[in-house]
Amino acid sequence: MISLEVKGLTKRFAGLVAVDEVSFDVAQGSITALIGPNGAGKTTCFNMVAGAMAPSAGHVLFEGRDITGQQPEDLCRLGIARTFQIVRPLTGMSVLDNVVVGALMRTASVAAARQVAHALLARVGLDAKADQMASSLTLPDRKMLELAKALSTRPRLLMLDEVMAGLRPTEGDRIADVLRSLNRDGMTILLIEHVMRIVMSLAQRVVVLHHGAKIADGTPAHVVTDPRVLESYLGRKARPA
Amino acid sequence: MTDAALRRRQIIAAGLLTLVLLALPLVATDFHLSVLGLIFLHAIVGIAWNLMMGFAGQLSLGHALYFGIGAYIVAFLSERFGISPWLGMLPAFIVPGLIGVAIGALGFRFSVRGVYFALLTIAFAEFARILFEHWDYVGKTAGYFFAALTPANRPLVSLRGGARFFYYALLVTMIAAWLLSMLLVNSRVGYFWRAIREDEDAARALGVQALRMKLLVVAVSAGITGVAGGWFALVNGSLFPDSVLGMRVSIDFIVAPIVGGLGTLFGPILGAFIIVPLNELSRDISQASGINGLNLLIYGVLLLVIVVFAPQGCWPGIAKRLGLAKSGEADRDQS
Repeated sequence: MISLEVKGLTKRFAGLVAVDEVSFDVAQGSITALIGPNGAGKTTCFNMVAGAMAPSAGHVLFEGRDITGQQPEDLCRLGIARTFQIVRPLTGMSVLDNVVVGALMRTASVAAARQVAHALLARVGLDAKADQMASSLTLPDRKMLELAKALSTRPRLLMLDEVMAGLRPTEGDRIADVLRSLNRDGMTILLIEHVMRIVMSLAQRVVVLHHGAKIADGTPAHVVTDPRVLESYLGRKARPA
Repeated sequence: MTDAALRRRQIIAAGLLTLVLLALPLVATDFHLSVLGLIFLHAIVGIAWNLMMGFAGQLSLGHALYFGIGAYIVAFLSERFGISPWLGMLPAFIVPGLIGVAIGALGFRFSVRGVYFALLTIAFAEFARILFEHWDYVGKTAGYFFAALTPANRPLVSLRGGARFFYYALLVTMIAAWLLSMLLVNSRVGYFWRAIREDEDAARALGVQALRMKLLVVAVSAGITGVAGGWFALVNGSLFPDSVLGMRVSIDFIVAPIVGGLGTLFGPILGAFIIVPLNELSRDISQASGINGLNLLIYGVLLLVIVVFAPQGCWPGIAKRLGLAKSGEADRDQS
């Protein structure tokens, strides 16, 4: 079954087409990666799917339902959670309370939400820091908190915007392990990622954007041998003089 | 200290304070009681304003609007239409609440945030003041006056009386506002408000219905402020557009919660206990010395000192020292 369907998604800014008729599917229970060089339009595409930005044209379907242009809070209710590329902890609140907020969307009881939050913090390895202020966390921990926050809303589709950027390889692996275990439990994941090593080991499907357009779509092994993908990342071979 | 032990200490402290305040009229003079009443009035509006600014992060610089509307409603219903102020308090809560929702809807709907929203609140308050100053029905700038109290007056019926009556009335209202704010802040709604305060877009990504939550906080805040305005009308016996709807009123009311500690439950009350006596004291000094305006200078300098030494407000530091808050940083919202 298909979790997310993106059809002809387009975003035009004055005189610039940032995303140009991009279409792809995310299969239920899969890990799909959206990759591409800087400025390829990944985050713009992501923001349109997550409701943070209205598309100029095209449609987004979630589990068969048209969700194009819906507000982020409504998408969250439907079961789509996202993280931000630049992490956005609620800095003036405790680590626990950050996660409680999301859990409260599914329950009215603060006590129940706190239990959910504790369990999620344990899952991402932050339980010992539950009472600290979110502002006191290091970057790797903030990334983990971002993940726990997204999970607190009990999503069926998890959208991650460069959760591993700026992390050391071992820290990246820690997040990859959590993602793998979530996926084993049935979570559908769509991620934007720059760290190719992790994309290759994690994703079952890779969609490549370049200059706002989709240039490749397939398994990791297939995509890395695609000449257009190589060209977009490594540049064109110099023509003989 | 465990959470439960902390909670117990907080409840005991709040109970002790309430008992002291209840018993105070046994020893205090009428003058002291009227100053204390003024403290409670500032605390009530401070609690209301702090819900919006301290917990939901929405800056209002036009709370005089809600205060003034509440005051005029209670005054008119009781004096012109003979409706008991007991009943008058209800529209004094609801009408300002609705006005707040209307202003909020207008602003938030079009993503007017931060200082621009604050400007909008000023604009509406000033609009109301100018309207009332030119409106015959409410007495224009000449003001509106209650009839003098007769010996047959029964305070519990007319809600007007002496210093002692108003002392208790305002104390009860303050405690009610305090309890209401505590209830809201510790509920689901309170978590959503704080999330919006920290980062509205991140909160929305967590499913928080930001627009609805912001309208709710404006409604509650404006409603409580309207009730405080109603009491002010009854205490004062006279109303002038400038004295209830003026810009100065809006500014006066936000000093106490800032000095006490934004985003704390007890801060607005503590702040009122600091600010109102300071104000009275500096006025006395000014009068004794015969220098006009000296009071404002003294008041300003004292405020400056407080803000420099306790930029987070006075309560967080005091709460820690009294063992009424956790020693970490994370206590900001719980006390």
